[in-house]
Amino acid sequence: MSLLTILYAALFYAATALLVVGLVRKIVDYARTPAPLKIPTTPAPLTHSGVGLRMTRELLFFESLFRSSKWTWIFGWMFHVALLLVLLRHLRYFQEPVWLPVVWIQPFGLYAGFAMVGGLAGLWARRFLVDRVRYISTPSDHLMLALLLAIGLTGLGMRFVAHTDIVAVKAFMLGLMRLDLQPLPAQPLLLLHLGLVALLMIVFPISKLLHAPGVFFSPTRNQADTSREARHVTAWAAALDK
Amino acid sequence: MAAAAFETPKLKEYPVIPLVQVGAMAHSKPYVAAAPIQKAIGFPGELVEDWHDKAIAKMGELLGKYRSLKVYMDACVHCGACSDKCHYFLGTGDPKNMPVARQDLMRKVYRRHFTFAGKHFPKLVGAEDLTRELLDDWYSYYNQCSECRRCSVFCPYGIDTAEITMAAKEIMDSVGMGQKYSNEIIGKVHKIGNNLGIPEPALEDTLLGLEEDTKEETGVDVRFPINVKGAEVLLVTPSADFFSEPHVESLIGYAKVFHAAGISWTLSSHASEAGNFGLFIGNYEQMRNISLRVREAALELGVKRIIVGECGHAWRVAYSFWNTLIGPFDYLDPRYPVPQHICESTYDLIQQGALKFDKEKNDDRIITFHDSCNVARASRMGSMPGGQFVIPREIIKAVANNFHDMAAGTIHDATFCCGGGGGLLTDDLMELRVKGALPRMEALKHVVDDHGVNFMATICAICKAQFSKVLPYYGFDMSMVGGVHQLVSKAIRL
Repeated sequence: MSLLTILYAALFYAATALLVVGLVRKIVDYARTPAPLKIPTTPAPLTHSGVGLRMTRELLFFESLFRSSKWTWIFGWMFHVALLLVLLRHLRYFQEPVWLPVVWIQPFGLYAGFAMVGGLAGLWARRFLVDRVRYISTPSDHLMLALLLAIGLTGLGMRFVAHTDIVAVKAFMLGLMRLDLQPLPAQPLLLLHLGLVALLMIVFPISKLLHAPGVFFSPTRNQADTSREARHVTAWAAALDK
Repeated sequence: MAAAAFETPKLKEYPVIPLVQVGAMAHSKPYVAAAPIQKAIGFPGELVEDWHDKAIAKMGELLGKYRSLKVYMDACVHCGACSDKCHYFLGTGDPKNMPVARQDLMRKVYRRHFTFAGKHFPKLVGAEDLTRELLDDWYSYYNQCSECRRCSVFCPYGIDTAEITMAAKEIMDSVGMGQKYSNEIIGKVHKIGNNLGIPEPALEDTLLGLEEDTKEETGVDVRFPINVKGAEVLLVTPSADFFSEPHVESLIGYAKVFHAAGISWTLSSHASEAGNFGLFIGNYEQMRNISLRVREAALELGVKRIIVGECGHAWRVAYSFWNTLIGPFDYLDPRYPVPQHICESTYDLIQQGALKFDKEKNDDRIITFHDSCNVARASRMGSMPGGQFVIPREIIKAVANNFHDMAAGTIHDATFCCGGGGGLLTDDLMELRVKGALPRMEALKHVVDDHGVNFMATICAICKAQFSKVLPYYGFDMSMVGGVHQLVSKAIRL
């Protein structure tokens, strides 16, 4: 077993642990923090199934963003949908046999790689071209886009420029999951790609990527408009009644 | 601090997003509350010595009490969707009036003290210590947010800057940096029962005067009862309705509606205020204590229903929070929603055919309707979502012949704040108020030019006061603004 394989195996175990533990802690924290008042942005659905529909529209179509800024929506939606397809395509590295839907998605996932890079480039361009967005951008905003773009480009590079031994990569990944380490090919593009992905996993729970779990806990979106019908008293507020 | 001279923005043909002008409104600060005002409502009289540690501790406390604050501190990705949505940004070009930048004033402190990245890599993620300069920036720019929630409509995560502004005001109050206008008013409510500080005898006098005026105008004995035990309806209305123009015209309208429908009603001197500035300063206890006066009055007078007059943020507190804060309302008539908006009540009466109108009495008016922010985005009327847009307009159309809406994107849930909400309706913020009204004034100008609109109806005491003051800056007549029940009052058959 090469040192490289051991190093990357350790890296991925650590990254996965940090991602899972970090996210679970955040989600538990969000869920435990009370929401003492009804603050849905109205007009809001009157029922919980209505809220489900509102959230679904937000998640699938970025409804609010569509109303705010068509350019941000085009690039943002394109990036996220493409990322989803790319992730689904990558599932084949983690399963044997491969699920049929994952097989079907392969050609789409491939071209989604370009859409993902295109979307990211558009989002990044806004940070330079729109003076308001330039004003609010921090170094981490730029670096996050650079990180994602680099992941996308190294991925595309392995597919279209310098092929890598994907059979060996799959063996390595399956080995990781079965606690039976297999050698990782020492191809620079692959090592870079995997290293950046691990970095993304590590920063996920301590960065603005928390918008992913956060959107589910946003009271302006996930509350039903029932304030006249039901009281909404949380523990610390109820203590005032005593 | 005499109001510095400033230029009223030009009304443009089409709305233009301004270029960023750093520091354009950095000088705008309302008067800081003096010690007696602060102490009267339980806050430190002046900036406390260990304000930094106290402020951070308070932020930690609020992060544990409000899920909104916690999630919104984390979730923003700086996408910029909100950056051109705030009326104060559109009117001033100051980048710290972009909702995201206003939030960031707190977010950078949150990151510094409450996140791993901000503790260890502050520069990278834009984390900063809460310095005295930053605290002053907080005071300046969190007092340039009217908590109107327009940004929350457009944010992909529903981040509501109002929640953050309220938390900032709560933190500043807790270290002795309160805002004079809001905190003085809260003290008056506790002491006297209303925001204007009108004592009971003066209130009774005013109401008698209104009875005489209405008798003179109509020849009918329309009553303006106060503290009447056993009345069916308790009307809770903003105290501006008793003394200010054009507000009082709507109060006369409510009285005429109750008279025509044969509903017994009463005002209460104990709860002679619908407004609730506890909301503006983000203080749950204050908001609850002010609301409790309504519960006490309702029980004392033994009424069956509670109806709320024309006031935006009051309706938010009443509709969205009363049941939680001062409920349950099991002592009231369950056949009516509690609380009920005066427009819901009037609309129902119109539907039942209980009211008759001579619409042509409003023919001298070509009317548009300004959706008040808190009604539009933080409450509802009627039984369907969006009823808050439909019902006031249906009332206007039932009592008048000429109605034209302003452009889509400036009404309904995309409405622009009047520029004076959230505790900013004070003369020491005149420049902000005038500039913040720009988007609404531009939309108004269009219907004035295209349809000859000469009256903008609205259902908020703050909107009415703000527009009365600001309309002339833009070359409009101050009497162009008025209440929906002002129109009802004119046309109703008694």
